[in-house]
Amino acid sequence: MIRSRKNQRQSQHHWRAQLRRLLSPRTFLQRHAQVALDSLGRLYRNRVASLMTAAVIAIALAMPAGLYLLLDNLERLSGTWDGQASMSVFLKNSVSASTADRLATSVRAWPEVHSVQLITPDEALQEFSQRSGFADVLDALEENPLPTVLVIVPASDYTDPAAASTLRDRFSRLPETALAQLDLQWVQRLAAILDIARRGILIIGSLLALAVLLMIGNTIRLEIQNRREEILVTKLIGATNGFVRRPFLYCGLWYGVLGAIIAWLLVETGFWLLSAPVSNLAGLYQSDFHLETLPLQLLWVLVMGGMCLGLLGSWLAVGRHLNAIEPT
Amino acid sequence: MIRFDNISKRYPGGYEALSNISFHMEKGAMAFLTGHSGAGKSTLLKLIALIERTTRGQLFLDGQNVSRIGKRRIPYIRRKIGFIFQEHHLLFDRTVFDNVALPLIIAGYRHQEIGRRVRAALDKLGLLKKERLYPITLSGGEQQRVGIARAVVNKPMLLLADEPTGNLDPELSREIMALFGLFNDVGVSILIASHDIPLIQELDCPVLSLEHGRLANATVATE
Repeated sequence: MIRSRKNQRQSQHHWRAQLRRLLSPRTFLQRHAQVALDSLGRLYRNRVASLMTAAVIAIALAMPAGLYLLLDNLERLSGTWDGQASMSVFLKNSVSASTADRLATSVRAWPEVHSVQLITPDEALQEFSQRSGFADVLDALEENPLPTVLVIVPASDYTDPAAASTLRDRFSRLPETALAQLDLQWVQRLAAILDIARRGILIIGSLLALAVLLMIGNTIRLEIQNRREEILVTKLIGATNGFVRRPFLYCGLWYGVLGAIIAWLLVETGFWLLSAPVSNLAGLYQSDFHLETLPLQLLWVLVMGGMCLGLLGSWLAVGRHLNAIEPT
Repeated sequence: MIRFDNISKRYPGGYEALSNISFHMEKGAMAFLTGHSGAGKSTLLKLIALIERTTRGQLFLDGQNVSRIGKRRIPYIRRKIGFIFQEHHLLFDRTVFDNVALPLIIAGYRHQEIGRRVRAALDKLGLLKKERLYPITLSGGEQQRVGIARAVVNKPMLLLADEPTGNLDPELSREIMALFGLFNDVGVSILIASHDIPLIQELDCPVLSLEHGRLANATVATE
């Protein structure tokens, strides 16, 4: 038999102390903070390569985010008309002002009608010349070409498309009417187009999210290969799989967050570049419409999305490749 | 500390590296493991480190049967053991300090305690002035001592050394062995695989001698 000196009680005490240490929340947080910073430092040391990877992720994130924001703005544009499902009834040129006035009064009494606004040709001409910038051209005209218009807002029970078109037909049948037109129609068409666009962006977004996932997964796979020796040694001296996994998960997470921040910069820059021409165009349509991006909300959504994709991507890579590295 | 109970290890393909090994090394002992290359020294150490698993027989470490222990529990067993390798397996992208701190970080020690323990270990091995250096700038003997510091920093109950003096000259080898003696004096069990027979003979320690996968001598009590 071989010399013996150690006593059992001492070693039991040692293990209880170790367990206490492992379960203490302070050490737990300290360890995570340390690993997170270490991973960030590692990215910084290879900053050119890291930045390029993050930039690719950023482009893939910025595309759907930018498209979605554009769509959102378009919806806001159409939304301003959504509430007032109005109808324009253009009267024949032969109809006199007094007849038009009488007609307006009688229509106002219809149960389907909420309100009627009479726009005489003179008023219409004045408004048009003010807002279109064609005042000089209009002055040159000898006669006012504009018809009298009744702008009808249906009563609240008659705003759905079917009731509204029945009401339009009733106006069309009036002998004074030249044309009755639902203003809502093109808004509905736009909404349908936007619906398709939204679906399209969802598809593009999903594909690009998948691309981000694969990109991060592949980057982490290379990182695991580069650090093979380190993984072997740490496993050999008692690292759990969780311990070995942690720096790679943080690495993926940082890639996602960095990509998201760059994506945010790309989208904000893009919208800033677009905002002047868009406001200009809106001005030509007599609208004070301008592009909105809600920067803080966008940053929040992008960072959360990037973080989740980064974690998931690295998780997949780590799960596939880490178990294969065992000391022999 | 280590008990082999009729252990055999057969590799896939049928090669039997160890056959019917039985021995018992008590707590606080220091012993050598010798044999020609291919005799199964490395395999025996790998079985203890749970790098390889036994094909037959029972393996007890510190009274615990680890022959069929689950994969998830292996890391916790390994933390009780300090490993010293011939090619020392230091991480060349970290300083001496960070290399030695690794087992403590894995075990989840507090920052302050890590610093204290690492410096204590480095001090014991005469490396305190080198803590900020990278392993590549150290001599072979110094690198080996960093490896030993890493193995003992966690105060393991058992040290396993695989040819720790394989690359060192006799002078340095004797120094390393003296260090092992010091650790043994404070109660650490040590098993050293080596074929440096003259050096082994200088030290008055039990010897396990392997020949073609079988235990060939009875310097250590076998059962």
